[in-house]
Amino acid sequence: MIELVDVSKFYQTRRGSKPVLEGINLKVTPGERLGILGRNGAGKSTLIRLIGGVESFQRGQINRTMTVSWPLAFAGGFHYALTGLDNLRFICRIYNVDIARATGFVSEFSELGLYLDEPIRHYSAGMRARLAFAISMAIEFDCFLIDEVVAVGDPRFHVRCNYELFEKRSDRAKIIVSHDVNFIRAHCSRAVVLLDGKLYHFDEIDDAYRFYDQTLQ
Amino acid sequence: MRDTDASLLESVAVQARVIKALFIREVLTRFGRHNIGFLWIFVEPMLFTLGVTALWTAIGASHGSSLPIAAFALTGYSSVLLWRNMPSRCIGAVLPNLSLMVHRNVKLIDIFLSRLILEAGGATMSFILLGIVFTTIGLINPPEDLLKIVGAWLMIAWFGAGLATLLGAWAEEFEIVEKLWHPASYLLFPLSGAAFLVDILPKQAQDIILYLPMVHGVELLREGYFGTVFVAHYDMAYMATCNAVLTFFGLVQVRRTARKIVPV
Repeated sequence: MIELVDVSKFYQTRRGSKPVLEGINLKVTPGERLGILGRNGAGKSTLIRLIGGVESFQRGQINRTMTVSWPLAFAGGFHYALTGLDNLRFICRIYNVDIARATGFVSEFSELGLYLDEPIRHYSAGMRARLAFAISMAIEFDCFLIDEVVAVGDPRFHVRCNYELFEKRSDRAKIIVSHDVNFIRAHCSRAVVLLDGKLYHFDEIDDAYRFYDQTLQ
Repeated sequence: MRDTDASLLESVAVQARVIKALFIREVLTRFGRHNIGFLWIFVEPMLFTLGVTALWTAIGASHGSSLPIAAFALTGYSSVLLWRNMPSRCIGAVLPNLSLMVHRNVKLIDIFLSRLILEAGGATMSFILLGIVFTTIGLINPPEDLLKIVGAWLMIAWFGAGLATLLGAWAEEFEIVEKLWHPASYLLFPLSGAAFLVDILPKQAQDIILYLPMVHGVELLREGYFGTVFVAHYDMAYMATCNAVLTFFGLVQVRRTARKIVPV
């Protein structure tokens, strides 16, 4: 389980400290699929990064009793001067995963072929997304954090992602940030909405969307 | 803020894995797989020391003593490489690793430690290899007291690591640290005891120069190598105190800085 208890985060700006997240309470149980909605700048990515343990926060507590992936996003997680394979090996060492087995899976799934031996800085956003996604599938987490990343690939990549993530790993928890209504509706069992630093919980996705739509008016 | 994850034992295992992964990643981006690859770790400092030894020998820089110049240069310049390269590599260490910090077990202290191990390892291998080569070809006599050398070397390494941790973490908050370190490291070299023996200085100058912690380490190192031919001046308790203070404030600053880092 992942549990956030009364978590608050502030950013220091030139005009004093600005609250980004205030008193967030959230529980994610094994196998649960949670969608996070919110306008640009509402703090969705910040929240998913707090859950992933990437950023610090000032108040509250986060408990993790299941393994949680790093936030799979457009950028980050790679060293751009290293090749795809060297990045894969680095991540395998960190998470204690057999390199040979992961390499087989990643080269098969990412379909990057010879590019795996090229530095990441030469990759397109789509290629990076494919690599990031493939590596995270090779490592096996109890909970995957997905920050829009699935959105960048082509349709073939979508199909393969959906199969790996939502069919083969249907028992894992997922926390997904996306603007795509259909994506959240198809893959999440419930949704929360971030508005002005506060988190609003909804049991029904449609209720969450109705609320989210109102905030856009 | 509380962020609970693992027991202490698990944490140690995780940290060891992370440091190893970062170490390999450092070696790859710094030396690559071309020509002699990772051997540059110690070939690079060896070339420095060899060059300085050759220069000092050529101009007959006996630095006011009857010591063999090769032994003088080997002990002096190797110790400079040891304490001076560690801060240089820790300042600005965050930016190239920032994107890797989205893996939550990659912490600021791990980035510093992996670079410290790399620098200390390279300087140590270079020192040992050159010592063996110089002794074998008869350029210098074998060390008189190996234990003193090991102790002095560890103390200089500790000094470098403490200074590097403090400056590296400071530099993330204050840009001026990086600007000031370049001239400071340059000016500290001639003052560090690498190019002179404390004993040849006037008493007044000795008292001042011995405020610098690394001077004590270099003096002990030389006493270990050829202690019977000169009088060494050192106070290892003073150096240990300085090292401990640097390390303490270094770790405090690492904690402060780590909370402010936002990986991208």
